[in-house]
Amino acid sequence: MRKPFKQQIKKLAFIALPLTIAANSASAADEVNIYSYRQQFLIQPMLDAFTADTGIKTNVVFAKKGLIERLEHEGKNSPADIVLTSDIGPLYDVVEKGLTQPVESEILTGNIPAHYRDPANQWFGLTSRTRLIYASKDRVAEGEIKSYEELADPKWKGRICTRSGKHSYNLSLIGSMIAHHGEAEAEQWLEGVKANLARKPQGNDRAQVKAVKEGVCDIALGNSYYFGKMITNEKQPEQKEWANAVNLVFPNQDDRGAHMSISGAALTKYAPNKESAVKLMEFLSEAQAQSMYAEANFEFPVRPGTPRSELLNKYMGDFKQDSINLQKVAELRAQAARMADKVGFDN
Amino acid sequence: MIRERDVKQRFSKKSRYLFGWYSCTWGTALMVALPVLSVFYLALFPKENIWGHLAETVLPVYITTTLALMLGVGALSIATGVCGAWLVTMCRFPGRRIFEWALLLPFAVPAYVIAYVYTDLLEYSGAVQIFLRELFGWQTARDYWFPDIRTLGGAILMLAMVLYPYIYLLARASFLEQSTTIHDASRTLGCTPWQSFYRVSLPIARPAIAVGLSLVSMETINDFGTVDYFAVKSMSAGIYDTWLNMSNLGGAAQIASMMMIFVVILISLERLARTKQRQFHSSDRFKTLTGYRLSGWRAWGATLLCGLPVVTGFVIPVWILAGYALSNLDQLWTSNFITHASHSFLLSSCAALLTIVVALLLAYSKRLHKTQSLKIAAQFSSLGYAMPGAVLAIGVIIPLAAFDNFIDALMEEFFNLSTGLLLSGTAFAVVFAYVVRFLAVSVGSVESSLNKITESMDMASRSLGHSPLQTLTKVHLPLIKGGILTAALVVFVDCMKELPATLILRPFNYDTLATYVYQYASDEMLEACSLAALLIVLVGIIPVILLSRTISATRESN
Repeated sequence: MRKPFKQQIKKLAFIALPLTIAANSASAADEVNIYSYRQQFLIQPMLDAFTADTGIKTNVVFAKKGLIERLEHEGKNSPADIVLTSDIGPLYDVVEKGLTQPVESEILTGNIPAHYRDPANQWFGLTSRTRLIYASKDRVAEGEIKSYEELADPKWKGRICTRSGKHSYNLSLIGSMIAHHGEAEAEQWLEGVKANLARKPQGNDRAQVKAVKEGVCDIALGNSYYFGKMITNEKQPEQKEWANAVNLVFPNQDDRGAHMSISGAALTKYAPNKESAVKLMEFLSEAQAQSMYAEANFEFPVRPGTPRSELLNKYMGDFKQDSINLQKVAELRAQAARMADKVGFDN
Repeated sequence: MIRERDVKQRFSKKSRYLFGWYSCTWGTALMVALPVLSVFYLALFPKENIWGHLAETVLPVYITTTLALMLGVGALSIATGVCGAWLVTMCRFPGRRIFEWALLLPFAVPAYVIAYVYTDLLEYSGAVQIFLRELFGWQTARDYWFPDIRTLGGAILMLAMVLYPYIYLLARASFLEQSTTIHDASRTLGCTPWQSFYRVSLPIARPAIAVGLSLVSMETINDFGTVDYFAVKSMSAGIYDTWLNMSNLGGAAQIASMMMIFVVILISLERLARTKQRQFHSSDRFKTLTGYRLSGWRAWGATLLCGLPVVTGFVIPVWILAGYALSNLDQLWTSNFITHASHSFLLSSCAALLTIVVALLLAYSKRLHKTQSLKIAAQFSSLGYAMPGAVLAIGVIIPLAAFDNFIDALMEEFFNLSTGLLLSGTAFAVVFAYVVRFLAVSVGSVESSLNKITESMDMASRSLGHSPLQTLTKVHLPLIKGGILTAALVVFVDCMKELPATLILRPFNYDTLATYVYQYASDEMLEACSLAALLIVLVGIIPVILLSRTISATRESN
């Protein structure tokens, strides 16, 4: 009668053992292990190009939360070499927790402008995007809105759409408002924007442009690359219509420039494949990967002089960019989150 | 002298044996509870006290939203689940045999998938509104009113649509097991069919419905995918906000712990109320149910009532996903799919098997030794279900990584050999998380099956010379096969759909169907992941149908 139990356990061991071994073998030589906050399908083309170029294999775990905590508790035995993020937020957190090490690389510092990297070289921006104002072609005259500050103007009452105020993209924007105007003024501004919302914040940036097309609102906030994704969408041609319904407004061209945010990377403190990892970071900052990023995801290269994609040139010529160091913006993020709570932005 | 030694030996043998049971049970319970304890531990060290800020600003919203969500989903699930279970069990109407199993189908659809699908269908640019605009000549959204799906009401509807099967499943099992004599007696005493349902059958089924409801409530309180997508500010939104946007994991753990305590109180209250009830089965419980033969509008009404949840919770989402999948099939069908599906299948099966083994151990040792301590052990080990998946995942990382690093340090010191991480970041970690998360489901099911076997069976078996283990394998296991299978299948389907813990804990380059879907769906690219989503649903159907057959067989085999 004990047989079935034994068999079950044997079976279990039979299944579990190879899995464990297979998983552990991921830390062999000539590999880079990546904890990614960016979806794998977005970064895979660049990683494939890197492997083709150097013969170094890349391994990825993607999740939108929890990877920093995983890294923290794995400690010095962690297999992870690089943390890739889609925003400054997690990048800042991972550095704050002391889980990274500086990278002294002339290639990286040469390719990436100072305001897109950590003063102590703990993190590096790899692509940039701007937070645009998407304005209805039909209902908003050209030049009617020119800055983020004007979003709080009562004339826009019931006419603005945006995603959650708690989303990292909006938190960065609020953070930059605090950095430029101080807390009190920024809060007043946020209250004004809240009062102008056409509906409760919901959906992603793409959904806001759609809402403009649908007539729910007249202006929307959204990251720049969504425009590229919509206007070239062959699978869902209706998205081209959404994109065609709006004008792109690059805010604050008369003063500090449009708010920029980044996706970026940091080298982990105990990276077991440090050399290969630095190679990958350098590769991602070089012209080839930079233009691939721009081509595939319609982001702006951070490396000056990288040719932009045709599409970006067509719709988004040169514009003035806010050159505030993102470290400052990141520091203000928690404060921005509290501010969003305080004015009840999402309620 | 010899006798005395004999007695002593026997005594020590017995105490050793008891010690064995205790340590085994408590050891298992503690291991399973470790992640929950880790979250409590995190809650002790918040970065800063967030409660002042929360109470001043968003806490009232979080609390009222969460309560409304739980009440709404609970009420709607009970209405759908109990009504469906009663109709297919006690009445005869067109389509009943199909609905018996079809009512379980929505169980295979993950809540986040149904939310994506219905938003796609019902929003302004969806098929429904396009049709209406063409029909009435409306131009923009300002010309007419259409209910907004991305609201609290919408979230309640979505969650209830896929969670009601928990209640249906348990209520149906209970109705099937009820003695027909009780039912007959109530009728001869003058109850109308409605009264006999309301005054007799429903109270008897109450414990089962309550268990179902507690599962539904815990799933609801922990849902993040749907509420996030619908911008509904529930407690779990607060947890993630505190953790990720305010970088305060300790504070998030505090909210999670508070939520868990709330759920535990709810469940204990319900258990307390239930201890006063005892159920007895008469010997003819397997007499075939004749059922009320419905006719005319009543019959069609019943068909409609049962058809509605199946169509909305299963047929429509599958139809839409299949549409997307078929039109992009050539791009979507890659060999990766087989890998993802096999990962999902392997992980879920391992977890289902393990939860059964652990649940059996806990429930059986509780039966053998009715001590308070073992009772607590069983309850303690079920806590993981009341914890949001992503928070629990962090709770899993902490003890596993600590263990790995401890072994590594030990080996380094004695053998100068680094073992690295043995368990963290492996499939084991994912399976462990599944077991912790879903053990409550199987413990509940196994325990209630065991409780239905009278103790005289144990006594008879033992007096015939069987050991407790032999009694378990020869007497109990064959009798509770159905309950075990139910538990295994529910856990299997739940694991197939599980997302946050899988995302955080999985090894490098290791995708399951659910994580693959999430990659795209989180970017609102439903068409790119339709095939994988469809596959989750289809793989989930198989156990669902098996499950339903097993339950029906409890009565119809006679």
